[in-house]
Amino acid sequence: MSAGMPTEGSPTLPYTQGGEFVTVGEGLCIRRIYPEGEDSDLSARTMINIGPSHPAMHGTIRMVVELDGETIVGVDVIPGYLHRGFEKECEHHTYHQAIPYTDRLNYCSPLINNFGWVETVEKLFEVEATRRTQLIRTYMSEVSRITDHLTCLGAALMELGALTPFLYMIEVRDWLWEHIANVSGARLTQTYARVGGLARDVTDEWLDRCEHLYVEELIPKLRDVHGLVDHNRIFIDRMRGVGVISREDAVSYGVTGPVLRSTGVGLDVRKYAPYSAYGDVSFEVPIGKYGDNYDRYFVRMREMEESIRICRQLDPMIRATNGEPIVVDDARMTLPDKKEVYSNIEALMNHFKLIMEGPRPPKGEAYHAVEGANGELGFYLVSDGTGLPYKARCRPPSFVNMGAIHLMLLGSQVADIVPVFGQINMIGGECDR
Amino acid sequence: MSAVLSRVISGLGEAVLSHHDRLGDDTIVIEASHRLSASQWLMEDSELQFDMLMDSTAVDWIDEEPRFEIVDHFFSTRFQHRLRVKCRVDEDEARVPSLCSLYGSANWMERETYDMYGIEFDGHPDLRRILLYPEFKGFPLRKDYDKLEAHPLFEERYPGTRETDEVVHPGPRDLDAPK
Repeated sequence: MSAGMPTEGSPTLPYTQGGEFVTVGEGLCIRRIYPEGEDSDLSARTMINIGPSHPAMHGTIRMVVELDGETIVGVDVIPGYLHRGFEKECEHHTYHQAIPYTDRLNYCSPLINNFGWVETVEKLFEVEATRRTQLIRTYMSEVSRITDHLTCLGAALMELGALTPFLYMIEVRDWLWEHIANVSGARLTQTYARVGGLARDVTDEWLDRCEHLYVEELIPKLRDVHGLVDHNRIFIDRMRGVGVISREDAVSYGVTGPVLRSTGVGLDVRKYAPYSAYGDVSFEVPIGKYGDNYDRYFVRMREMEESIRICRQLDPMIRATNGEPIVVDDARMTLPDKKEVYSNIEALMNHFKLIMEGPRPPKGEAYHAVEGANGELGFYLVSDGTGLPYKARCRPPSFVNMGAIHLMLLGSQVADIVPVFGQINMIGGECDR
Repeated sequence: MSAVLSRVISGLGEAVLSHHDRLGDDTIVIEASHRLSASQWLMEDSELQFDMLMDSTAVDWIDEEPRFEIVDHFFSTRFQHRLRVKCRVDEDEARVPSLCSLYGSANWMERETYDMYGIEFDGHPDLRRILLYPEFKGFPLRKDYDKLEAHPLFEERYPGTRETDEVVHPGPRDLDAPK
């Protein structure tokens, strides 16, 4: 797929570079290949620009591709059109104030970002969330993962012309988002996590309704989507064997999540480094075989089924901890009771300090990774002992996965850009931060 | 001390300037000039096999000398263990060896570090800005870069590529004009 002519004298790389770097304009450097058996007549090649204002690019990324007929022989991927200085903003806000910014990273699954951030801060504090908090966080992460996969697959199928699965999936996603809004108060930017706990508690009725949504909406719709596209000739032709990446290259390019698992590497942070309550539930990590778009579609579909399975195991555990606290009893990060604030001076001062200066973790550094919907979402925080993070780094799965997309594109057809890009599931907010 | 950290320290020997495993994150500090050779050893050692560069970034310690700290997070897909490798470079000579010859993911991550901190990577095949545009002045994640700094509109990127360069704003089209 990714035939590349090695440049003279270049050292042998342990991975496929995918073409040689050729500067073609100011600030523009494409990776160009010379397919075997063809004379490299550069004048026969066409340079076209796709995006950033293109519906298939989801409005946030630009690609400059060089075409030989319909074949992609050169590509430059230019992200950054949605860059808004996430890390700089976080350095100027307290650990609590930064939580709404994390919503806007991967806005299809904001809760996973929320939990990743607050768990990293809790790691700096060396504090462990209460049992009920951990159970609810795990449950909510899985609901978020389902909504993210529904968005990804719905949009990817729509771009291939399958509008019905898109409507099915987006409808279910909205049911779930509305359902999360019932407890968090917001549909999209949910800001549900707090350092040391959660914003609000969930009720048994909420869990009942979630199970009802799974049974009545999600599971039938997933079955319908399977029936519509799995054996569809057009779908298979557009997906099977398209966007192939080898296992070695995926590892070398730091690819994680469903894209890595589609190549047969069964790595999942939830499995090998269980956080929250993932150690208490049993689930499978679906893997693919060929590392192509079709496998990625199936990995995501199967992951949603596993998410439902995790939720169903957590359901009785959450009910069993009814009435237990959802915040840790630690004045360094948890706001005191309103009753206390109005009646005694220590609580009032504590409240004031936490709001004005923020929680102040001890000096140190921490890296914590959670399994986002697109791969490993890591936060690297450096604390200098004040209420503002000295350094707040987000390891974005989309950005790193996009760094390998040229391998999947070079040598394939121009129409393959759309399904490959759809299955990478680049989320602008997370890729560009 | 974890088995990974003790193996790294015994293997790299003098190259490890300091180490810690606070909060459960195994960390070593090395000389910046050893970044590539140490990474290669970490990748090839049979007991470690750090075959994935999970994350690479930098920290700006503006009051300290040397100023910049490059922070790499390695991960082994075989053993599922992690290691953080840090090295320091000075502001005047902000250059470190690139890891692009070992890891594909180093390409974009080092471009981002260059974009945000102005640290240059020797041996990087394609070092240019990635999230910001080429005309951007300054390096925004440095601590001496003001958050509220505004940027003026920049000039057209490819002057002379239009058909009529002198008419910049043609105004509304005259529908009655002869074709």
